[in-house]
Amino acid sequence: MGKVYKYGENVDTDVIIPARYLNIADGRELASHAMEDIDADFSKTVKKGDIIVTGKNFGSGSSREHAPLVLKLSGVKAVIAPTFARIFYRNAFNIGFPILECEEAAERIQGGDEVKVDFRTGKITNVTKGESYMAEPFPDFMHELVSKGGLVNYVKQK
Amino acid sequence: MNTKDRKKIAVGDSELAACPMTMTQKILTAHAGLPSVRPGQFIEARLDMVLANDITGPVAIREFEKMGRKKVFDREKIALVPDHFTPNKDIKSAQQAKELREFAKAQKIVNYFEVGEMGIEHALLPEQGVVTAGDVVIGADSHTCTYGALGAFSTGIGSTDMAAGMATGKAWFKVPSAFKFVLSGKPGDWVSGKDIILHIIGKTGVDGALYRSMEFCGPGVEHLSMDDRFAMANMAVEAGAKNGIFPVDKSTMAYIRRHKSKVLNKEPQIFAADEDAEYEKVYEVDLSKIKPTVAFPHLPENTRAASAARNIRIDQAVIGSCTNGRLEDMAVAAKILKGRKVAEGVRCIVIPATRQVYLDCIRLGYAEVFVRAGAVFSTPTCGPCLGGHMGVLAAGERAVSTTNRNFVGRMGDVGSEVYLSSPAVAAASAVKGRITDPSKL
Repeated sequence: MGKVYKYGENVDTDVIIPARYLNIADGRELASHAMEDIDADFSKTVKKGDIIVTGKNFGSGSSREHAPLVLKLSGVKAVIAPTFARIFYRNAFNIGFPILECEEAAERIQGGDEVKVDFRTGKITNVTKGESYMAEPFPDFMHELVSKGGLVNYVKQK
Repeated sequence: MNTKDRKKIAVGDSELAACPMTMTQKILTAHAGLPSVRPGQFIEARLDMVLANDITGPVAIREFEKMGRKKVFDREKIALVPDHFTPNKDIKSAQQAKELREFAKAQKIVNYFEVGEMGIEHALLPEQGVVTAGDVVIGADSHTCTYGALGAFSTGIGSTDMAAGMATGKAWFKVPSAFKFVLSGKPGDWVSGKDIILHIIGKTGVDGALYRSMEFCGPGVEHLSMDDRFAMANMAVEAGAKNGIFPVDKSTMAYIRRHKSKVLNKEPQIFAADEDAEYEKVYEVDLSKIKPTVAFPHLPENTRAASAARNIRIDQAVIGSCTNGRLEDMAVAAKILKGRKVAEGVRCIVIPATRQVYLDCIRLGYAEVFVRAGAVFSTPTCGPCLGGHMGVLAAGERAVSTTNRNFVGRMGDVGSEVYLSSPAVAAASAVKGRITDPSKL
């Protein structure tokens, strides 16, 4: 179970990890700047297992893989949004960072809610509100990618 | 093309009658070695070029090493371009550029372009003939979609995809459905590809074309120069699209012939959409009705006519980037700045996108025009577009910029603002000190 951080629509990669930090190679140091342009407290308060819920088109903009990576390294368990920008979507799967497309969850869940996610079934449970929602199922190929632990292992095993 | 590939395409063609495809779907079919593809299908496609820069490259190199491969799949089919934070803006950036350089050397990468001969990747690769019509290209940079102007399928991916591409020469794709943009009419004075694509993004929204191809076609295409088309395909990603693509015509072939690589043995392959291909949506765009257009902060979809901007004072004007750093962009900026001065209190920064454009600016006298007008004339770099260097904004500052994103904090402080425009609007605005329609100058 994780606490929800809620943001709006079109959260872009320049906000998730500003370009001015892209000269940093160390993952932990990078992660300390995650989301800081819209939520200065994020990296200080986020705990392992917390969940980000946002409006449509999360992760729009740059191809920087640093974006899903800093969220993963911050301990974020998953991002739930109605839609994701396509490069962010790819990158998340490729590095084994779970994302879920669910319009209802994105609409109903509020910041601070306690939420549980079952990636196998796509069921999202809002413990605070006593509700549950079903995410769009992943295509089979994405299941395979995730089950192998991301693209690096997928290529290795070929 | 070898005989085996030709046979695969021939098989594809014979089945097309039963399964009409878009231009993008045809290119993917040929590269997947399949008789045909349908939207939503997962395929693995052969790659003709795999690109990264000094920011995404080092991450890709580390992932490549994790994959346990010693050698890249083909040293001629990888392009590494240090363009973002170069010439190195600080020690950390220098370290990243060094990693890229050392990897390129160790792997004997043919298409590595050092500072001095480099350019902004998406202007450089077409100019150097590294990409051509019919190619499938992935790049660890979101504006990789630029090469759609040449009739290639090209799309941005992340560093891990780049690593897998370098290792295997292949990438996975979900075959996209498409939106069709039927262009008609001829653009008016001071209207360029940038105004057209901003106008289109204003209609679709920043996620309107999410996961889809944007296929541009129609009688208006012939009135668009290659530089116009590059600017338009470049910003397909700002509508959320997977790729933007133009049909191959006389202008395309003339460009490809003029920019044929002396190093690589590349031949263009022409693909065309089937007449009965299915599109999710069709947009009719009359180019003659489009006015010089500006995207207001903080999304590229917030478009308005430049003439509707009421006294929006600017601190900086940037003319350059992978969207608008080509010779025609420099030419129109020089035309406006010739014999004029940049307004007091405005910093005007002009950045030709490649060494060749830089040389042409010197040869044609543009460089002197810019400097005499009071502008800065810089070596190629992505620098200011992403708030890296060469023009970072302070809190409360406002820029008009020919770049492609105006997100919060994109060019510097989170309290700064970016207005996206064409080079003509940016140059006219630099002269007036406020956002200006060039026809009103």
